[in-house]
Amino acid sequence: MSKIEIKNIYKIFGTDPLSVLPMVQKGASKEQVLEETGHTVGLDNVSISIEEGETFVCMGLSGSGKSTLIRHINRLIDPTHGEVIVNGTNVLDFNENQLIDFRKNEMSMVFQRFGLFPHKTVIQNVAYGLEIQGMQLEKRNEIAMKQIEAVGLIGFENQYPSQLSGGMQQRVGLARALATNPGILLMDEAFSALDPLIRSDMQQQLIELQSELKKTIVFITHDLDESLRLGDHIGILNGGRLVQVGTPEQIIMNPADDYVEAFVKDVNRAKVLRAKTVMIKADQFNAKDLKLSDTYKVNESVYIEEFLPKVLSDRSTIVVVDNKGDTMGYITEKELAISLSKTAHQK
Amino acid sequence: MLKKYKKYFNFGFFLIFILLLIVSYNSSKRKPDSVGELITDLRWLNNFPKWLDVPFMVWINDGWRAFSAKYGLIFDAIGYGLLRSYSIIKNFLVDVPWPIIVFAVVLLTFYASGKKYGTTLFVGLCTFSIGFLNPRFWDKAIETTTIVFIGIVLCVIVGIPIGIAMARSPKVRNAILPILDLMQVIPAFCYLIPGIILFGLGAIPAIIGIFIYSCPPLIRLTDLGIRLVDKEILEAAESFGANKKQKLWGVQLPLALPNIMQGINQCTMMALAMVVVASMIGTRGLGDEVLLGLQQLNVGSSLEAGLAIVLLAIVFDRITQAYGERIQERTQPAKKKK
Repeated sequence: MSKIEIKNIYKIFGTDPLSVLPMVQKGASKEQVLEETGHTVGLDNVSISIEEGETFVCMGLSGSGKSTLIRHINRLIDPTHGEVIVNGTNVLDFNENQLIDFRKNEMSMVFQRFGLFPHKTVIQNVAYGLEIQGMQLEKRNEIAMKQIEAVGLIGFENQYPSQLSGGMQQRVGLARALATNPGILLMDEAFSALDPLIRSDMQQQLIELQSELKKTIVFITHDLDESLRLGDHIGILNGGRLVQVGTPEQIIMNPADDYVEAFVKDVNRAKVLRAKTVMIKADQFNAKDLKLSDTYKVNESVYIEEFLPKVLSDRSTIVVVDNKGDTMGYITEKELAISLSKTAHQK
Repeated sequence: MLKKYKKYFNFGFFLIFILLLIVSYNSSKRKPDSVGELITDLRWLNNFPKWLDVPFMVWINDGWRAFSAKYGLIFDAIGYGLLRSYSIIKNFLVDVPWPIIVFAVVLLTFYASGKKYGTTLFVGLCTFSIGFLNPRFWDKAIETTTIVFIGIVLCVIVGIPIGIAMARSPKVRNAILPILDLMQVIPAFCYLIPGIILFGLGAIPAIIGIFIYSCPPLIRLTDLGIRLVDKEILEAAESFGANKKQKLWGVQLPLALPNIMQGINQCTMMALAMVVVASMIGTRGLGDEVLLGLQQLNVGSSLEAGLAIVLLAIVFDRITQAYGERIQERTQPAKKKK
């Protein structure tokens, strides 16, 4: 069963959302609703299921409803209509105390502008979730120090957030979210406010942490490169509607509509596509070609960019192998050319 | 739904207006002999007619008399409590040798400002100068300080909870805002006089006057400070499961503190202004000296006393400001050092 299941969520902002709901359900467009009733459609029939231990990236431009969507999972926002099911229970049925317990124990959140408490030191910030849970000072400081160490901020624990750089602040945010050891991590444009180098650093750190911790992560971003790098699955939102859900390869190779197509147009494919996606299967490959050049073995889950220089410099053919070392398929210059060109997949 | 009710409201207001017209006409002694005269003799359209007079004054006086007869005891009790605390604090401060008070003020400033030597020295000098201007002023300044202090304590006790309530609920805010406007706009003498009737002459009506006059800015700034707390920080607290109480004490109040301190600062300044006005109803203190100079046409004496008030204001202002700034340093992003 899925860890998080969002079923047919509608969110309408305005003075009387319920009166507008039938109109939206009948399929009226966002502009139409705004013009006729003055209500803004935030989310329009969004359904997503997120498996335990995966990173689900929700992507869209600003105003697409992605930040609204993530706030439904911990009910910072209540939907106009629909169900949010986490661990098999409907979050919307919770009363206030149950909701508070649920937020304390099940999930934590990382914010775009960090959301750190400026009047608390780094260690007090990291320990905040534990403090709310009612843990003793000594014990929570011990756990907080471990988290601070994990994000590489040892020595800064008694500083105030305003004394740290943006990247360091967000690491505090990450440590704070991890300190309560929740099953679910909600990240709302967590790295969007950071500059590119630090952002890439933080992405790497998140990937490393995730490979150990195996949390269920819901990550919001407007950056396609980021979503391709982090996501096991990606959902693309446009104007409150979910237009496509799939793995990074599926989204690159088969964009669902013009909107997604425009998004993926400028992606550096070599960075996203893996060997197994572009190879020709062993049985379809003409072995005669193989003998003409050198061969070079790569693992099936390696990205193109890692062996591309090799192919270009020695004209070698790539032999794709799986983890056991068995040959799965081959990649020649021809396959590379097709997979890397922007329009080739459509033919 | 709301719109439906609004219609009834408007209708109700209209009815009340008509009722007032009729009542004012009936109760007036100068009304024409009969209603018919209003149509035949149109001179009443020229000047505002004497019979068009709502008898508010009569109502208020009657109400006031009944009110003070019924609840006078409560006000006596409040007055007694305030008077006791006033005289205890005042007598204590008057008995303490003046160098110790100057030293205490210096020490307070030193720690409140986060060990800034300049501010500390300046405030110490100002405190000393109050007595230096005229030795008589020292005890008077202590009386004034005590009145202002008690007034501000009252403001804080009442104002901050009201500010919090306003920040939490727009309904409460809409109900309280007009009252605050009223408190700020009504001339001070209008409530100093009922104050005298309830509490007698002296320090107590002044304290009540200070409370009414200087509480609104504190309430407004508390409300504003809490509402200005970054929404994302509040969401962060909420996402970790903080309940309302934890949000208020752990996040909202600490972050609103610079604004609240500014409110207390404003409160202090307005209280000092009020103390001078209150001298007209027999409140002793520095305002008393100003009034005396005024009555004797002694420009030098009243200016001297005025200067002493300014010095006192500077001392109060520096201490509260310095403390506010020190809190603010933490909650605002650090400025880049060049």
